[in-house]
Amino acid sequence: MKLHNTLLAALGLALAATAAHAEIKVGVVLSATGPAASLGIPEKNTIALLPTTIGGEKVSYIVLDDASDTTTAVKNARKLTVEDRVDVIIGSTTSPASLAMVDVAAETKTPMISMAASARIVAPMDDKKRWVFKTPQNDQQMASAIIEHMGANNVRKVSFIGFANAYGEGWYEQFRKLAEAKGIEVAASERFNPTDTSVTGQALKLMSVKPDAVFIAGSGTPSALPQKTLRERGYKGPIYQTHGVANNDFLRICGKDCEGTLLPVGPVQMARSLPDSHPVKASALAYVEKYEAANGAGSVSSFGAYAWDAGVLLQAAVPNALKAAKPGTAEFRSALRDALEGVKEAAGATGIYSMSAEDHLGLDDRSRVMIEIRNGTWSLLK
Amino acid sequence: MDMAIALILSQDGITNGAIYALLALALVLVFAVTRVIFIQQGEFVAYGALTLAMMQSGVLPATVWMLVVMGALVTVLDGGLALKAGQGRRAASVAGWNLGYPLALAAAVGGLAVNELPLAVQVLLTLAIVVPMGPMMYRLMYQPIASAPVLVLLIVSVALHIAMVGLGLLFFGAEGQRTPAFSEFSLELGPLMVSAQTLWVLMVSVLLIVALYQFFERTLYGKALRATAINRVGAQLMGISPTLAGKLTFFLAAFIGALSGVLIAPITTIYYDTGFLIGLKGFVAAIIGGLASYPLAAMGAIAVGLLESFASFWASAYKEVIVFTLIIPVLLWRSLCSHHVEEEE
Repeated sequence: MKLHNTLLAALGLALAATAAHAEIKVGVVLSATGPAASLGIPEKNTIALLPTTIGGEKVSYIVLDDASDTTTAVKNARKLTVEDRVDVIIGSTTSPASLAMVDVAAETKTPMISMAASARIVAPMDDKKRWVFKTPQNDQQMASAIIEHMGANNVRKVSFIGFANAYGEGWYEQFRKLAEAKGIEVAASERFNPTDTSVTGQALKLMSVKPDAVFIAGSGTPSALPQKTLRERGYKGPIYQTHGVANNDFLRICGKDCEGTLLPVGPVQMARSLPDSHPVKASALAYVEKYEAANGAGSVSSFGAYAWDAGVLLQAAVPNALKAAKPGTAEFRSALRDALEGVKEAAGATGIYSMSAEDHLGLDDRSRVMIEIRNGTWSLLK
Repeated sequence: MDMAIALILSQDGITNGAIYALLALALVLVFAVTRVIFIQQGEFVAYGALTLAMMQSGVLPATVWMLVVMGALVTVLDGGLALKAGQGRRAASVAGWNLGYPLALAAAVGGLAVNELPLAVQVLLTLAIVVPMGPMMYRLMYQPIASAPVLVLLIVSVALHIAMVGLGLLFFGAEGQRTPAFSEFSLELGPLMVSAQTLWVLMVSVLLIVALYQFFERTLYGKALRATAINRVGAQLMGISPTLAGKLTFFLAAFIGALSGVLIAPITTIYYDTGFLIGLKGFVAAIIGGLASYPLAAMGAIAVGLLESFASFWASAYKEVIVFTLIIPVLLWRSLCSHHVEEEE
C-alpha cells in the first residue's frame, strides 16, 4: 500500500513536471574529463551555483561532458537541441569544440554561449556566428595590456619566444601587430616545444639582439624553462608572460627566477586585491566568495568565471526575451538571441559585457589587469 | 654568431648529448642481446626523475607499489615453477628477492622521513626502486616470447611504453617537477658558465661508459652478454642462459635510464611524458651506430646534442624537424654501404 502511494505521488510529480512547460532549459556542454579537465571541472562546479530562477521562470540545467573531444561536443550539442529542446547552450570548454558546435547552434537556431578563448568563435561575424556569444577575453585584449605596459616603461625593442604550436603562433600574430602599431620593434622571434629539455640556443638568440624586454608566450609550467634559462645566462631585463602561466604550479617550478615577471590576468584572479574603485571588483568578488564557499578557500580560477559570466549574460537577457515569447519555442530562442546581443554593461566576474551586432564578446580594457610575481606570489601592479 | 655563443651552444649540446649517449648505449645493448627495441627507455628516465622529486616533496612515490605488484607477479610465476619442480629453497629465494625486497623497500621509504635524508641517500633509494623494474619487466613481458620475431618484440615495447606513460600520469600527475641541484657551485671559463650539474652529467656519463667498457671486457658476465649479442644460439650452447642475459641487460638499461633521469632533473622540468622524446633522441643516435656499434652510437649522440643546440639557435621553430630528419640520410648511407643480412625467417 505504501509503495502504491509512493508510485502515485511520483506519477503525479512527473505529470506536474510536464505540465509546467514554461521552464527555461539550459544545455551545458563542458570538458569535465580529458586533457581540458582542469578547465572544465571549475566550470562544472560553477554551473551548480547559477541561479535556478530568472525573471520569475524556473531554470533547469542539463550538463553533458564532452571528454575534451570535439566530436563528442557536437554530438552532445545535437542531443541537447534535438532531444531536450533546450533554449540556450552554454559551452564548450575548448576552442576547437566550440567552433564545431557553431554549426549546430546555427542550424537549430539556438543561441550558444562559449566558454573558450579563441576570437574566431565569434569573429568575423557571419550568418552562423550571429547565434554565438562567448565570455572569455580574446588574446588580443591580453596582448594589448602587455603592449601598454611596455609602452609606459620605455620598452622600444622586444624579443619574443613562444610555443611552437597554435598558442605561440596566435600570440605572435596578435603581439606583432599591436607592437608595430605602438612603434615597438620585435627584434627576435623564437619558438620552443612544451616538451623541450633545453632552450639555451633560443635564449642566446633572444639576448643577442640586446632587447629592452623579453616576452614569453607559453602556458603552464613549460613556460618556466625559457625564463630560467634567460636568468641563468645573465639576462637582467624585464620578462613578460601570458595569462597562461597564472597558476601556482608555475610559481613552484620557476621559483626565484620568476621574481618580477609581468603578466596580464582576468580581474577574478586578483578580485580581493583590486581597489574598491575598480568596476569589476564587486561582481568578481561576488563570484569568488560564492565559489569558495562551495568548494573551499583558494579554489577559484578564471575558467569557472567564464561559466559564471554565461549565467550573468542569461540573467541580463532572459527577462527581455520572456516579454516576447514563451520558453521552449523557436520564437523564444530567437528573442533570447536578440536580447543577448542587446546586453549592455552587464557586470560579470571577467569584465563588463556590452554586446553589439558586430561584437559578441563585448569586453573592453576593464577585463584584464597587469600583475607581477613578487615574493613568490601574484601581486597587482598599481 | 660569435665565439662565445658557439661555445655556450657547444656546452649545452654536449651536456644533452651525454645523456643521449647513455640512452643510446643502453638501446644498443638491449637490442644486441635481446633484439628488443627498448622504447620504454625514456620512461625509466622520467620514473627516475619523478620518483626522486616525489621523495623530496615528502610523498611516498607510487612507483614503490608498482615494484611490489611486479615483484608479486614474478613471485607467482617463478615461485610456482620452482615449487612444481620441488625446489623449495629456490622458491623461497625467488619470493625473498621479488616480494620481500620490494615490501622491505616500501616499508623503509614509507617509514623514514625521506624528504629529510641527504640527497645521495634519496638518489640511492630512487635507483633501488626503479632499477629492479627492468629485470622484472623482462621476466614478465619478454621472457615468455624471447624467441619471437623482432616485430612482435617491438609491438610489446610500444604497448609497455604506452602503459608506462599512462601509469606515470596516474603516479606523478600532469604537472612537471624539478629537483634541486646536487650543488650550487659553478665554474666560469671565459664566456662559459659551467654549472656543477653539467659537470656531474659529463662526469657520470664518462665514468659509466668506462665502467661499461670494463664490464664487457673484463668480467665473466660482461663477456657472456657480449657472446649472446654476437651469437645467441652459440652462446646458449656454451652454457650462457639467455634468461640471465636478458635480465642483466634490462637491469643495466633500467639503471642507465633512472640514473639519467636523476642527473637531468635539476637541469630541466620533467613531466610524466618527457622521457619519450629524450629516449627517441637516444634512439636516433643508436640508429647512427646501426644499433650495433657503441662508439658510433656515442658519437652520434653527441652529434644529435650539438645539432639540436645549434638548430635551436638558428631555426628554433624547426629544431625537432632537423634533429629527426637526420635519420633519413643516415639510413640511406647505411643501407648503401653495408651489405644487408636478413636475420629473420
